[in-house]
This record gives sequence, C-alpha cells and structure tokens, in this order.
Amino acid sequence: MSRVHDMGGRFGDGAIDPNEPDEVFPQDWHGRALALTLAAGGLGQWNLDISRHARECLSPKDYARFGYYEKWIAGLTDLLVENGVLTQEELSTLTPAPNSPLQERKMLAEYVAKILASGGPADRPSDIPALFTVGQQVTTRVHGNTLVDGGHTRLPSYARGKTGWIIAHHGTHVFPDSNAHRLGEAPEPLYSVGFYARDLWDTAENPEDEVVLDLWQSYLEPA
Amino acid sequence: MPHDDHSHSLLPSDPALRVKALETLLVEKGLVDPAALDEIIDTYSHKIGPQNGAKVVAKAWVDPDFRAALFADATSAVRDLGYYGRQGEHMVAVENTATTHNLVVCTLCSCYPWPLLGIPPGWYKSDAYRARAVREPRAVLSEFGTTPAPETKIRVWDSTAEIRYLVIPERPVGTDGWSEDQLADIVTRDAMIGTKVIEAPV
Repeated sequence: MSRVHDMGGRFGDGAIDPNEPDEVFPQDWHGRALALTLAAGGLGQWNLDISRHARECLSPKDYARFGYYEKWIAGLTDLLVENGVLTQEELSTLTPAPNSPLQERKMLAEYVAKILASGGPADRPSDIPALFTVGQQVTTRVHGNTLVDGGHTRLPSYARGKTGWIIAHHGTHVFPDSNAHRLGEAPEPLYSVGFYARDLWDTAENPEDEVVLDLWQSYLEPA
Repeated sequence: MPHDDHSHSLLPSDPALRVKALETLLVEKGLVDPAALDEIIDTYSHKIGPQNGAKVVAKAWVDPDFRAALFADATSAVRDLGYYGRQGEHMVAVENTATTHNLVVCTLCSCYPWPLLGIPPGWYKSDAYRARAVREPRAVLSEFGTTPAPETKIRVWDSTAEIRYLVIPERPVGTDGWSEDQLADIVTRDAMIGTKVIEAPV
C-alpha cells in the first residue's frame, strides 16, 4: 500500500461541503462502478481486505487525483488482472477470451437481494484469549503491518504509539493484516479503544474530547 | 501477491468510459449479469437508505425495551426489524446526550452502515472529512452548522474494523406524543452520522 489513504489528522484539506445532490449516485457510472465491484467480488477470487488493499496500492498520484468511484474501478481492474480473471491483453483489446472457468460463479440478478441481505460477518472462532479487559490502559504499537513490509493494516498512523483504554471487547474477528495478503484469516480479539484528543494531537481542540478506534489485539500492549 | 502494476491504465481514462469498457468486457466474458448490476443499483437507490436508520432511531425514542435491546446488542435489535446485510454485520448504536456528542468517520476508507443508512454521501468519503474529523471535529461540525457546547464531550468513532456505528440523536423537544412514523420523518441521515442534530419542530 502507498499510505496516502491513511489520512486521519492530515492538514491542508480545506473545508467540507455538506451539500449533496439528492441522488445516491450523482452520475450513472458511479452506480455501475459500485455494482460491478460487488458483482465481481461475488466471483470469490478475493476477500474484502484484499479489495481494500488493492485501492490502497494505487499510486499516490492516482489515489489523490481519482474520484471515489474511480478508485474503486481502478482497484477492481487491478484485482481482476492480479487474480487471473482478466489478462492485460483482454483489457488492452477489450476482446474477451472464451470459456472462463468462473462463468458458473456469475452473480445472477435473482440472487442479488439474498446476497446483499446475507452479508459477510467478520467474526470467527479463535483460540487466542483476550488479554485485555474493559477499562484497562493499553498502548498501540508503532509499527504498521508486521507480517508484510508495507502491507495492509487497519492501525492508522495517527494512533500509533499512543495510550488509551479499552472501551469494549467485540469477540474475535478476521485480522486484516493477514487476510489482505492471503496469509489466513488469523482471527483474534478485537476491541474498541478510546483515546483522549490531548494524547493524539499536538494541539487538541478540546483535550477532553475522545477518538475511538476498533483495534486488534496484535496492535496493543499493556500500558 | 503477484502485482502487474496498474492494469487500470490500459482502459480508457474517462471514468464513465472506463467503467463501461470493464462492464462490457466482463459481461461478454460471461462473468457479470448486467441485470444483476441494475438490481444492485436499484437496491441502494430505492430500497436501502437512511429511511431504515430513521425507523430505528424513532423506535429507540419511543420504546424503552427496544432502546435497551439496541444498546445491549444493536446487531440483533436492528436485525429483528429486518435490517441486516452487507456492511452492517456488526452494529453498535451510540447515543447523543446532553454531555456527549458522537461523530462517525472512516479515516482509512469509507466504512459506513449500509443496511441502515445506504451508500455514504460524497462528503463522508471526501479527503477533507476523513482527514479532519478525528483531529478537529468541532471545526468540522461547525461547517455543518452544528456547535456543541464547549463542555459537551465529542466522541469520534473511527471505523477501522467491521464494526459499524449508528448515532442515536437526541430527541428534540416539542415532539411529545408524536407517533413513531412522525418521528422517523424528522430523523436525518446526517444526524445519524453525527454531523448534525435534529432541530425542534417549529
């Protein structure tokens, strides 16, 4: 991943425009991009963490200049080729090779409602015991992904090496740092961890305000 | 993982044409059903949206048993109302009170409770919101016209895992005796993300 997506706390982005067009998909191709991403995901060649990682692997220049759904479609295209669903030649010539073995996995319209309604839970049984209890002080590690250099992680830069407290324990969930790289789901305890603004930022708006992140046990040490 | 650098640059650069080219290729290859794409778009355009979350909020305001169930196990409580599915598999409800104001963001991407709120608005996915909501939530809120008192604690939820958050806004004064349906009508998407509050009816 390039890290440009890890923008929490970044300076310089300017004001937010809270006004929105009424449409869920302001341009038709936005909806097509989202739907195509979900339908192609249904071919079962990658998981959600791999999909997020693909968007994070866009070059920083592309990540910054692409709109939201442009990132999705670029990430999807790269995934389709990396996983052998399409070849670069097919993309260049826009001419499909026949007889893809994945045809039988095509998501049919009549199953869409059922697929969207059934979701994909991320909790899994795990033998890894919970080391922390609600209220306990913990410190986040300073490293990103420790399994793959430059790999996917859900520990944002702004919250590394910081001390907070356990707010909730959510059971054991698939570990993205592993799952995004096909190293297994490696489920482990997941917690909500609270941090005071004063412990995260050089100059907090209000020191007593809080930021809560959902963090896996591997990210945490006793404080 | 093998990585053929940036295959997307082989497609047309105009985004609408790029999506169309990829869709055509996948349909011709027999991997995508265009009617399935229409169905997905229709679902998130018309069937699943903030009207679902609004019903949950209204029920939490009027039904103490539901409210207790919602804060004990939001996933089960909203599933009992028929709201479950992709990007809503693990729900947590957080309550705005006189002393705490909650705000939801996903700094790393755009995680959002789809079954209850639908597809996130553009600003939620913007760099500015993702970058600033955690560091200067009060400045962000002021851009939405929301100004919590200085003594009100702001709690920002950065959706870094598969837990999805629904803010239960404060019920506005002047709505005593309103029906659940009437209340649901005044609950806004932005209030359930936490960027706005629900104003008292005039």
